[in-house]
Amino acid sequence: MPDIVVIDYGMGNLRSVQRGIDAAGSPTRIITEKDGLRGADAIILPGVGAFRDAIANLAPFKQGICDAAESGVPLLGICLGLQLLFTRSTEGGSYPGLDILSGTIQPFPKGRKIPQIGWNTLTIVDAGNLLIRGVPDGSYVYFVHSYYAQVEREKEVVAMTRYGIDFPSIVSRRNIFATQFHPEKSGKTGLRILKNFVDIVKR
Amino acid sequence: MLATRVIPCLDVKDGRVVKGVGFQRLRDAGDPVELAAYYDAEGADELVFLDVSASHERRDILLDVVKRTAEVLFIPFMVGGGIRSIHDIREILYHGADKVAINTAAVEEPFLIREAAEMFGSQCIVASIDVKRVYVEDERLAPGKVVLDTPSGKCWWDVYIYGGREAVGIDAVQWAEMAAALGAGEIVASSLDFDGAQQGYDTIYLREVSKRVAVPLIASSGAGNPQHILEAITVGKADAVLAASIFHYGTYTIHQVKEYLATHGVPVRLE
Repeated sequence: MPDIVVIDYGMGNLRSVQRGIDAAGSPTRIITEKDGLRGADAIILPGVGAFRDAIANLAPFKQGICDAAESGVPLLGICLGLQLLFTRSTEGGSYPGLDILSGTIQPFPKGRKIPQIGWNTLTIVDAGNLLIRGVPDGSYVYFVHSYYAQVEREKEVVAMTRYGIDFPSIVSRRNIFATQFHPEKSGKTGLRILKNFVDIVKR
Repeated sequence: MLATRVIPCLDVKDGRVVKGVGFQRLRDAGDPVELAAYYDAEGADELVFLDVSASHERRDILLDVVKRTAEVLFIPFMVGGGIRSIHDIREILYHGADKVAINTAAVEEPFLIREAAEMFGSQCIVASIDVKRVYVEDERLAPGKVVLDTPSGKCWWDVYIYGGREAVGIDAVQWAEMAAALGAGEIVASSLDFDGAQQGYDTIYLREVSKRVAVPLIASSGAGNPQHILEAITVGKADAVLAASIFHYGTYTIHQVKEYLATHGVPVRLE
């Protein structure tokens, strides 16, 4: 069994993420200290809440996550975990992210209910990405967010979703994967995505 | 495209479902865990537990049920009823709920919403508002209230707390706006006039709240058939619809309601 760690840095309940991976066929280890990253076969970075608090809480893990990402360890960012991977966020000011992916976290333009809460569809743009193997175009997944990633490199976008504007709902580069939605709350589609991630880790 | 959510609500008392025991396919329809799994499989977009236990001392039973239910669900899970404090919110979330609905405590201490939203994030703090119409001859008789025309006459909407037992005397439309401004991520709008009657939702009230409040609105109270649900969305401008009896007594399945909505142009998640 692979050693998949879920980083607990005080931003939300991790149990549902853990259950999701569990249902996908692998146990997980929740870690609260950076030493826990050592020897991990994969890292999951979940999170809900404000970017500023999250990046501050995540500080002790920063080097470890970046080193692991660089060395090819599969990494999955979920929701706020996706946003943290980017260069910077404009939420509540201007805060630097982990800068593993290039881009800026921006607020949705006005004109719609914010946050976006609910099930929205994936428009798949990179059907070859292993994270979405067996996930049909147009599948519904569950979102809760007020900000989105404006990516610098279009080729890192795996799927887009429309909410007033088109925003990246899945991004990926090599061993880095991230979803703006919550796969652990997205029914069968979400479980399939988590299973795909576990399969990527096992390869 | 964002789908309109269809959300069944289960009343849970002392760890048992007290409404919706009409299912013959289930081994134990009073078991919240079994019913939750059933609704998940049926295509519910989210699930709500409303704890209607008479006494707060039965909290441990509720928490156990929340925990066991969260273990089988892979859709969002909201829990409401009797939530009084940050401590209560933390306990419910810790046991696996994704959202908590706060009603009476938020009216009595509005800053609970702000404190909770800052601590846990707006995405998990839902303001649940119970209302009843107060009819007036003339809007001048209700200064400071949002008075609208209805087929039954002019009225404003008073907020009720303690499970609908106590009128507060504050305007519900304005309270919804304030709750959102304080940090509630969603509003559940229920009506004592319309609840249980199965004659349709209070679409005039819903529409006003939806127009004024920047966060998603979950319509509640009054569904008797799929057309009522459609009207809550098209006329009431709700972002999600919550219903109890219509599903519990097996009158319509969630899938049937969604198919009806889809044929009338409402985007829904059908899988």
